Amino acid sequence: MQSGANPDGATWRKGCAPGLDKGKGQRSMSETVAPVKGTEKPRKGLERAVIRFAGDSGDGMQLTGEQFTTESAWAGNDIATLPNFPAEIRAPAGTLFGVSSFQLQFGSQRVYTPGDRLDCLVAMNPAALKVHLRDLKPGGLLIVNTAAFDKRNLDKAGYAQNPLDDPALAERYRLHKVDMTGLTHEAIKDLALNTKEKDRTKNFFALGLVSWIYTRPLEPTLGWINKKFAKSADIAEANTRVLKAGHAFGETAEIFGEHYTVDAADMAPGLYRAMTGNRALAWGLLAAAERSKVAIVYGAYPITPASGILEELAMHKRFRIRTIQAEDEIAAVTAAIGASFGGAIGVTGSSGPGIALKGEGIGLAVTAELPLVVLNIQRAGPSTGMPTKTEQADLMQALYGRNSESPVAVLAPATPGDCFYVAYEAVRIAAKYMMPVIVLSDGFLANGSEPWLIPDVNTLPPIDIQFRTSADGFFPYLRDPATLARPWVRPGTPGLEHRIGGIEKQDVTGNISYDPENHDHMVKTRAEKVRRVAQEIPPTTINGPATGDLLVVGWGGTYGAITAAVERAQTEGKSVASVHLRHLNPLPPDLGHILREYRKVLVPEINSGQLVRVLRAEYLVDAVGFNRVRGLPLASEEIYEAIVQLIGSKA
Amino acid sequence: MSASGAGAAEARRYTKKDFESDQDVRWCPGCGDYAILSAVQKSMPDLDIPKENIVFISGIGCSSRFPYYMNTYGFHTIHGRAPAIATGLKLARPDLKIFVVTGDGDGLSIGGNHLLHVLRRNVGVTVLLFNNRIYGLTKGQYSPTSEQGKVTKSTPMGSADRPVNPLSFALGCGATFVGRTIDRDIRHMEETLKRAAHHKGTGFLEILQNCNVYNDLAWNVVYEKESKLQHELKLEHGKPLLFGPPDDRKAVVMEGVMPKVVSAKSVPESALWIHDETNLNAAKLLADLWTPEFPIPVGVLTARPAPTYEEVLLEQERRAISDRGPGDIAKLLVSGDTWKIE
Repeated sequence: MQSGANPDGATWRKGCAPGLDKGKGQRSMSETVAPVKGTEKPRKGLERAVIRFAGDSGDGMQLTGEQFTTESAWAGNDIATLPNFPAEIRAPAGTLFGVSSFQLQFGSQRVYTPGDRLDCLVAMNPAALKVHLRDLKPGGLLIVNTAAFDKRNLDKAGYAQNPLDDPALAERYRLHKVDMTGLTHEAIKDLALNTKEKDRTKNFFALGLVSWIYTRPLEPTLGWINKKFAKSADIAEANTRVLKAGHAFGETAEIFGEHYTVDAADMAPGLYRAMTGNRALAWGLLAAAERSKVAIVYGAYPITPASGILEELAMHKRFRIRTIQAEDEIAAVTAAIGASFGGAIGVTGSSGPGIALKGEGIGLAVTAELPLVVLNIQRAGPSTGMPTKTEQADLMQALYGRNSESPVAVLAPATPGDCFYVAYEAVRIAAKYMMPVIVLSDGFLANGSEPWLIPDVNTLPPIDIQFRTSADGFFPYLRDPATLARPWVRPGTPGLEHRIGGIEKQDVTGNISYDPENHDHMVKTRAEKVRRVAQEIPPTTINGPATGDLLVVGWGGTYGAITAAVERAQTEGKSVASVHLRHLNPLPPDLGHILREYRKVLVPEINSGQLVRVLRAEYLVDAVGFNRVRGLPLASEEIYEAIVQLIGSKA
Repeated sequence: MSASGAGAAEARRYTKKDFESDQDVRWCPGCGDYAILSAVQKSMPDLDIPKENIVFISGIGCSSRFPYYMNTYGFHTIHGRAPAIATGLKLARPDLKIFVVTGDGDGLSIGGNHLLHVLRRNVGVTVLLFNNRIYGLTKGQYSPTSEQGKVTKSTPMGSADRPVNPLSFALGCGATFVGRTIDRDIRHMEETLKRAAHHKGTGFLEILQNCNVYNDLAWNVVYEKESKLQHELKLEHGKPLLFGPPDDRKAVVMEGVMPKVVSAKSVPESALWIHDETNLNAAKLLADLWTPEFPIPVGVLTARPAPTYEEVLLEQERRAISDRGPGDIAKLLVSGDTWKIE
């Protein structure tokens, strides 16, 4: 493979501690040492920790990370996760590009991001070590499975010598060499499983060990094992034993001198669950269907990282949801439009390449003035790009990526859980204004999860859909004076038979029209209809002082990184605030005023500067971009540095 | 038999006039589409479906202007995508009677993929494909059904591509109803239209249609009286494959695995090929017959019962609800692993 190209990208090198610890400066593992009880090893309290499990695609790292996340949720921590896996389904074992990893940050304070640099890295093979070691903090905890460091795997990872034999490694990091494979086999040697089946449980040895190191409860994982392997007692027993063996190893082995606790976070009271962005989008649609009492038809063609939404919705046939796995992206959007014409809410979902194919269809919904929700789970491009890696470079595509004047409303969720509310709001706006609404999620939000405070669905705003049934004075393009929406008529309604289509129409009558003045009027009307969505936008929340040196403006999945960076700068006394835009078209009506209250404006984005262009064009402000396009979330550290730099600059 | 259960019982008696919209028809004078429009409007009352339950969906092309002229619900969409729009509409509203109007370019070129999938899914819609073997609306380029070597503005030295046969294509996609009719045979067109419209599942009907401006008399072999008499084979279920003038009747029979034309008198009645609409293999053989070697079959090649796409999906939905009750979002949100923070 090419030098420097690895599944995670060559990143996250700069900076050191995440610096999220309000008022305590930069440090990671420190704080109080708990009293030692009996022979127990000393236990240090931490405010937060960043851990990454890394191994081969077949090593079960995603599952390990998810289980560790659940354990941490049980422990009451706030959490943010970052799964990272290769696009290849079964990448060749032991290779650098076959490395799969799962990172999470958990803490007793608010956690905004999965963390920049690692406190602990678990490397299940040489390739995982090679790819991920650069992200481990000096002095960080490094746990490796020595059994995987054989000649074959070392060759595949491109190591001439075994890196574990290099004394520098143990000097730089707190290295723990553990024969996880051997210890796993030892723990279950009497079970009637073959070598391969036994090998597969070694990820739970790693999980057990790290669970001991960070004092995580094993109950949720034990419960999961019993449920998952209810029908295969031997596998359940093997996983249980190996998990406990890993835990006991930490407790008894001489090599681990201490372990850590992270207290429960101070979070809003209520019932929580773990929520990923894709599931939240799907559930938001289900909630919208239930509240509106109008069925949703979801058309989609499988594409990474959006397929999970189709799969999730397909499981919920009991709700008012019908799914179509269409023959292609165009059929997916047009089937949704057909459903909207029939009086259902048409929704389609994809990622950038698929959205490009849907462009003409979206234009049809613009001019036919039908509700349509388009979910774009953005990924790194152009073209196929890096399908499993995140990006937010489709903003311009959402705003302008169709022929002619084709305005649509554009929304973006800020966190995985926020996807629920944004999907719901997208349906509400699409139906109220009879127009397409594009939702810009991304690969990071789609697969990342956070503890999510479960809402009372009765507190969601109503979605009041009235189909026109009266033939009295009916015309297909009569307009509601407040929203400019045309009437929505379900075919089957007697006396309201009418024809619509993609050809320009005369306003009100809907008859085909090539009249120049009418076309000008219709172009303006469609744009004005989108502008009127501004009346739905609540006052913008400003995180920080209402006036000051610098305003950081963000949108979408960078919310956590921006907020962490801004709060760190604020605790250092800097005059910095941030706003995070949910509405990207139209923009919030108060935004222009807010922008002028700060000396400088910084716009961090995972693109080459898209929102920043919009803000400059729209408000004539000298906004400055901070742009990194690596297929990875922005690190709060680098945003913090950009803040410091911009405040310090004279211009 | 009602096409979709679209409220047949309550339908009032309509006349052709009830289905004429107030829009001026804007096809070229002499276009075959006029005859098709008239036949469709005339056939509608016999469907016994309230007209508010009827929807015409089209793509782009001359044929796709069709919905504007029908006084029903209609949606003139984008090039090639009408079958996909209709699929979404049918899934949302299985109670509606849906027609897709398309052409040889719209349906077999830009929209070939969607036509494939609506047919293989057996969605309950009627597809009318107007085949004039030319691009009319874009002013005369060759189409996917144009004969090889066709000289047009875009192929001054003749087209290189071989034509696709719409009937063979449809049968290859697993179509459960495939028929062919001719714009200049009004009675046959009306009959075949009704058969297609009554079919449960995708009713695919190719209508040989004349573009008098860019491809005049492309189907002259079945227009010109003497030629039609010689070459047209009208298919009728349960009847032998006989064609030609009364004094020179010919039969299509099977010789080994190959169809063959013989004098009707030369074969015993027991050796005649009896048309059976339920026989898919026979339909595939018929679809490929063409002059000069063979006659041109018109009528219903195949009509076979099969579950429709929407039936299967709605049955899954019913089962999911009967097994576990209707969905409840509040319950869903608290399902699985949750934890409480005091």
